[in-house]
Amino acid sequence: MHEFYLALTGWLPQYFQTTLWICLKIVAILAPLMLCITYLLFAERKVIGYMQTRVGPNRVGPKGWLQPIADALKLIFKEIIIPARSNRYLFLMAPVLALAPALAAWAVIPFTDTLVLSNIDASLLYVLALTSMGVYGIIIAGWASNSKYAFLGAMRSAAQIVAYEIAMGFALVGVLMVAGSLNLREIVINQSGGFWQWYWLPLLPLCVVYFVSGVAETNRAPFDVAEGESEIVAGFHVEYSGMAFAVFFLAEYANMILIAALTVLMFLGGWLPPVEVEPFTLLPGLFWFGAKTTVVTFLFLWLRATFPRYRYDQIMRLGWKVLIPVTLVWIGVIGIGRFYTPVGHVFS
Amino acid sequence: MTLLQFSFYLFSAILVFAAGMVVTVRNPVKSALFLVLAFFSAACVWITLQAEFLAIVLVLVYVGAVMVLFLFVVMMLDIDLARLRAGFARYLPVGGLIAALLAAEIVLVIHGTFPADLYSPPIVDSTGHSNTKALGSVLYTHYVYAFEIAALILLVAIVAAIALTMRKRPGTKYTHPGRQVKVRREDRLKLISMKAEGKSAQEGTT
Repeated sequence: MHEFYLALTGWLPQYFQTTLWICLKIVAILAPLMLCITYLLFAERKVIGYMQTRVGPNRVGPKGWLQPIADALKLIFKEIIIPARSNRYLFLMAPVLALAPALAAWAVIPFTDTLVLSNIDASLLYVLALTSMGVYGIIIAGWASNSKYAFLGAMRSAAQIVAYEIAMGFALVGVLMVAGSLNLREIVINQSGGFWQWYWLPLLPLCVVYFVSGVAETNRAPFDVAEGESEIVAGFHVEYSGMAFAVFFLAEYANMILIAALTVLMFLGGWLPPVEVEPFTLLPGLFWFGAKTTVVTFLFLWLRATFPRYRYDQIMRLGWKVLIPVTLVWIGVIGIGRFYTPVGHVFS
Repeated sequence: MTLLQFSFYLFSAILVFAAGMVVTVRNPVKSALFLVLAFFSAACVWITLQAEFLAIVLVLVYVGAVMVLFLFVVMMLDIDLARLRAGFARYLPVGGLIAALLAAEIVLVIHGTFPADLYSPPIVDSTGHSNTKALGSVLYTHYVYAFEIAALILLVAIVAAIALTMRKRPGTKYTHPGRQVKVRREDRLKLISMKAEGKSAQEGTT
């Protein structure tokens, strides 16, 4: 395929050719991702609907399948209202800043053994750095809106994300210790050997901490105090309408899929099949990666339908006093277990 | 000009522009946001120098955590912009002196007197070289004492900062999650068996 491309664009200058090839790859990742996000929205409404013994959207198209398309069209044609005395540029930049890191992080996600846009050495750190930047969209949106509700939402979100990022970082330190690599592809390859070789087992506490912090980091229920409809209307995006609002939505769902994909890569064996015998190994790695990511994404929806929203002080307590100590203890357990006990092979 | 050189000059230009805006913009929140942009462009410049670990950690620590907390504080300040402008002429001599000093130092470093030869340019390694691993092995072997002492000093600073600023107000009410979880129905609720009231009272309630 690359040869065909080179033949087709041979008349272009070299650097332009390279840039265009990379851009085409980016489109090949982002276009399916956007489609996934659109239908994740639909799936969420359906799943939560059935969990609450409703049927969910079922009017637009066969069985409601065109509902997300209709929603997107509606949002595109709505007017973007800019509040009085708000900061116009920052107001419009905030949704972009929320979405951009969520999309840029996909550059290093290995979908299969060979299918990765950029196989960089410190990809784990890169993902952590980019997910920590998503908070700027929320903070800037809250501040630039010139609204007290939006500002309160932004403040809550900032405190929450800083707290949970530490737990998330420590959980990744555990993964790094066991895998001995910061490269996501190598982390997955080190887990080969079937279901019981995946890192969820030796790193069970860290896996749980990572997923819970991921839910908190994406501002999803039960950690969605930044939105908190009951107290602060819609939090940081209360002043947004039309496409600007839709971009915040896209960012939230892109982050959800990203966290699910990372959980799969680090703890659930990425593209590897659960049992390395004939019928399972015949299926392509992309299928296993997609299937596992779908299951983890479903957990997000399930959590939202099940749990009531945390109170703000409970969120802080869980982050600082429960999750961070758990990760610190387990990092110690990994270190001592690996080098000073006879069962060290479990942690490597 | 290669793509690498182009990106180096692009990010350097953004860095210089953002750094200039940090000190010239009136609004402190915007100034902090330009500082974020400056950190980010500096990280991009480091990436072109193959220092990917330092670059990503700069983004992770400064952009992802420090500046978020910084913005958190700056956004809450109620700042009178007119008063901020007033002191410009007064502070100009001191500020100018420091700027001149810094400029002189930079010139000294670049021109001769500073032994720049001692510091070789970064070695462009073949594939498989891990910047992160190289940095880690040096930090934990050759510089382990310095590294651990620095970590300890930082820990002491954290403890000191909390100890200095923590105030315990009398009469503050706290929730005790442990006690909340442990509480049983018998602790809060008492069931009393009693006879039904008279007929007239029952009618009154319905």
